Amino acid sequence: MIPLSWFLLLSAALFSIGLFGVMARKNAVAILLSVELMLNSVNINLVAFWRYGNIAQMSGQVFAIIVFAVAAAEVAVGLALVISVYRRFNTVVADEIDLMKW
Amino acid sequence: MTTEQILWLLPLPPLLAFVIIILVTNRWKALSFSIAVGAAAISWIGSMVVFARSTVVVEFGKTIFQSDIPWLPTGDSFLKIGVMADPLTVVTLFFVAWTVLMIFIYSIGYHNFGKPKGDHDRKGLQPHGATVKDEHGHEHTEMSIEPMFSRFFAFIGLFAFGMYTLVVSDNLLTLFVGWEIMGLCSYLLIGFWYAKPSARSAAIKAFMTTRVGDVFMLLGVVYLYTMTGTLSYRDIFYNPAVLHELSTTMTPVGISVASAIAILIFIGIVGKSAQWPLHVWLPDAMEGPTPVSAMIHAATMVSAGVYLAIRIYPLASAGGSLHQLTPAMLAMGLIGGFTALFAATIALAQNDIKKVLAYSTISQLGFMIAALGIGAYVAAVFHLVTHAFFKALLFLGSGSVIHGVEHGALHTGDHVDPQNMFNMGGLRKKMPITFWTFLIGGFALSGFPFITAGFWSKDEILADAFATGQWVIFFTLVFAATLTAFYTMRQITLTFLGEPRSKAAEHARETPWTMTLPLVILAVFAIAVGWVGIPESLTAGLIPNWFHGFVGGTLLEHPEALKFSFVPMLVSILISLGGLGLGWLVYRRVKTGDIDPLVRPFGPIYTLLKNKWYFDEFYAFFVVKPVIWLSEVFTSLWMDRIVIDGILNAFGVLTGRLGHAFRNYFDAPVVNGFGDFVGEGTKWIGRSSAPKIQRGRIQGYMIASMTVIIILAAVFAYFFLV
Amino acid sequence: MTALQIIFLISAGVILVSAVMVVTTRNMVHAALWLVATLFGVAVIFAVLEAGFLAVVQVVIYIGAIAIMFIFAVMLTSREMRDKGPQMNQRAWLAGIVGVLIFGSLVLLLSTWDGFNVLPSAIGDTDTLKLLGNALLQPSAYLLPFEVASVLLLAALVGAVYVASNRN
Repeated sequence: MIPLSWFLLLSAALFSIGLFGVMARKNAVAILLSVELMLNSVNINLVAFWRYGNIAQMSGQVFAIIVFAVAAAEVAVGLALVISVYRRFNTVVADEIDLMKW
Repeated sequence: MTTEQILWLLPLPPLLAFVIIILVTNRWKALSFSIAVGAAAISWIGSMVVFARSTVVVEFGKTIFQSDIPWLPTGDSFLKIGVMADPLTVVTLFFVAWTVLMIFIYSIGYHNFGKPKGDHDRKGLQPHGATVKDEHGHEHTEMSIEPMFSRFFAFIGLFAFGMYTLVVSDNLLTLFVGWEIMGLCSYLLIGFWYAKPSARSAAIKAFMTTRVGDVFMLLGVVYLYTMTGTLSYRDIFYNPAVLHELSTTMTPVGISVASAIAILIFIGIVGKSAQWPLHVWLPDAMEGPTPVSAMIHAATMVSAGVYLAIRIYPLASAGGSLHQLTPAMLAMGLIGGFTALFAATIALAQNDIKKVLAYSTISQLGFMIAALGIGAYVAAVFHLVTHAFFKALLFLGSGSVIHGVEHGALHTGDHVDPQNMFNMGGLRKKMPITFWTFLIGGFALSGFPFITAGFWSKDEILADAFATGQWVIFFTLVFAATLTAFYTMRQITLTFLGEPRSKAAEHARETPWTMTLPLVILAVFAIAVGWVGIPESLTAGLIPNWFHGFVGGTLLEHPEALKFSFVPMLVSILISLGGLGLGWLVYRRVKTGDIDPLVRPFGPIYTLLKNKWYFDEFYAFFVVKPVIWLSEVFTSLWMDRIVIDGILNAFGVLTGRLGHAFRNYFDAPVVNGFGDFVGEGTKWIGRSSAPKIQRGRIQGYMIASMTVIIILAAVFAYFFLV
Repeated sequence: MTALQIIFLISAGVILVSAVMVVTTRNMVHAALWLVATLFGVAVIFAVLEAGFLAVVQVVIYIGAIAIMFIFAVMLTSREMRDKGPQMNQRAWLAGIVGVLIFGSLVLLLSTWDGFNVLPSAIGDTDTLKLLGNALLQPSAYLLPFEVASVLLLAALVGAVYVASNRN
């Protein structure tokens, strides 16, 4: 039997790694990859709680499915934006896209 | 209409005349004088009715006409004011009504009604004459009409109101009201020609001098009120209990309360009736028009002072007797006697026709006061009545003379002083009516035996002095009477007899009927009014001394008719005829340009007399100068401008400085500074840190937000979970 | 140590290692492929959790669609297959600290929770798939979010096409 804590620790770790990636990578696409990691950690969490809670209550799995859909949508739009920005500024380095600075 | 109602209404017509003339009819001269004379006539009718009714009352004096109203609430009672007619009131009303009416009529002609407007006449100056062309195209100057004609009638109307109020009142309060109104009118009328500086000064002098007296009088009235709780004559002067009480209570200074009050009130009388030492205003008051001099300063206002003295006589004499004079009576006697002689000596050396009469008035009032001082009550009243008539007559006559000479002066262009007797002479032929009436008046003043009223009244005073053994008073008054006769004849001789001493006098002309008619009427009285007071003993009881009996009823006890002696009567006849004769002898040969024949023999004494014993200069130095210093330097400069204004200005400056300090040391640096600091600080924070924070790089933002989340979570965990 | 636990541990290891590689690789294509590995691992975890449907959906959608999209994007946005210069930005160290701190705080937070170490209850005969289907399509359950998610996908589709289109 696997205690819930293992799953939670796993998802926490995955989340932290993803967070690190978001904050540390230069490439915009790499940032989006890291965001996917974070979303996956969330999914793990949700399903784990479903399994270790009331199984009849499907909200955990449903939520996870919604997260799938949202992640897909988000990736699509995000990559479209990155491509659009790449066309305009000719770069995908996040630091170089700083028009909104002070 | 009841007598009381008439009494209430007597002062009203002249007051209405004043109001109407001032407000409405100022522009129309004929209408104004008609209203004024009409008002005087109405009051005259009222007074005659009251007089007539009073003479038929049995024991008039014990029974009187009186009516009062509760006026001033004082605690649980009222101060009553009202009107009264007792014998004294009635005889005063008689002469007041007649003289006022005569003077009102006289004023129409005096101010040259009907004459043309002057060439250079201005309001505030005496009229100077108008150039007229007669039918030959010949130009000459004529007397011009007074520019302020209506105003004069308004003022004398107000004055008549004051006098009537004083006479009909039954208490000291309304008497005082009338007293002060007359004082005001005196000021207004002396300064009638206000553009003349001498007239202005004279008006102020009159007001101030009488004011000095009035202060003490008010003190006396207040003292009386405090002691008795009432001011009505009947409750005080006709009340033996009150009189006894007042005469036996002693003041800290050693005289009885009655005498103290009487002396205080007497000081007011000294001011009003121009006795020494407050006599200085009356000669200067001659600056006013002659009707004013006649009315105010001969017949009525100065008489009001003597009237008051007669009123308070019961108080003044309370506690004493004819042989044991109270301090108040002593004061009256001394001052009255001294003034009588003092003024007579000054009158000897005056050249202005009106000034002679002014000093004569002072002297004669002194007679009356002295009479009261020795207890000759009826004599004093008698002389008051006769004096009013003949003095008014004399003043009006002098006005007529001045007009005549003025006319001559304008006509010939010989501009001499029309009031200087040394420029007159021979006017007997030019102005006959004036001459005869003036002569009658002058003889009355001198006490020409038997015919004139003045003889009987003056004789009675001397007789009373003789009979009560008051030798000082007797001889003083005898001497004064001699001088009176002398200077009167001097005046008549210089003015009317002999030859004209100037061109102006040569061309003098008799004055119109509005001026001569009053003279004639007053002359009748100057003769006839004395006959009601002939001592009984003289006619062996055939003609009762009506006056004595009538007026004597004013007092609680009829004054006894003193033992008759021929001595004072002989003395009176002697001094009167002697004085008159001497005056004629000395002055009948004065020619043009001559100086007074008395100058050489009397030398320095003459100068002393001519300069009024230098009293004016004395007062100017010892009284006026210190007062002016007090007001100009001490009060105005030191106290007011330096101290008080200084303090106030200091407040202003201090507040200004305080405000500045606040602004510069607190408001600007601290308050503004704080505000600026906040603004500038925020700007500085933004400018310095914002570029560092907001780089436009999302990852940086993310790191920042994560850091904050960690911190917050830690805080949260610390507080809520552990 | 049951078989399930071992499988779990292996899968966890794969996930974590792959994830680290995702965030550290210089080569973008490599990063995308490492992501694929991570996603496989996650699918296995789903299977362990007896959410079989989700495991399959994970593979199909995430790996089959999203990861492919990443590869396309990488190809479209880099001139070379290899980025030049370091691929961590200047604040990487700070990010690292923050990440560690976040992990630490999450663990701390969770460990205070009662149900941290709870063991799973048996599933038995419940048909979880049927239940899932019911949940997704019943109006009283989660139909509305399901439909809204569809709309969201539509919007994303339109939006992505529009944003990425070549507007001249």
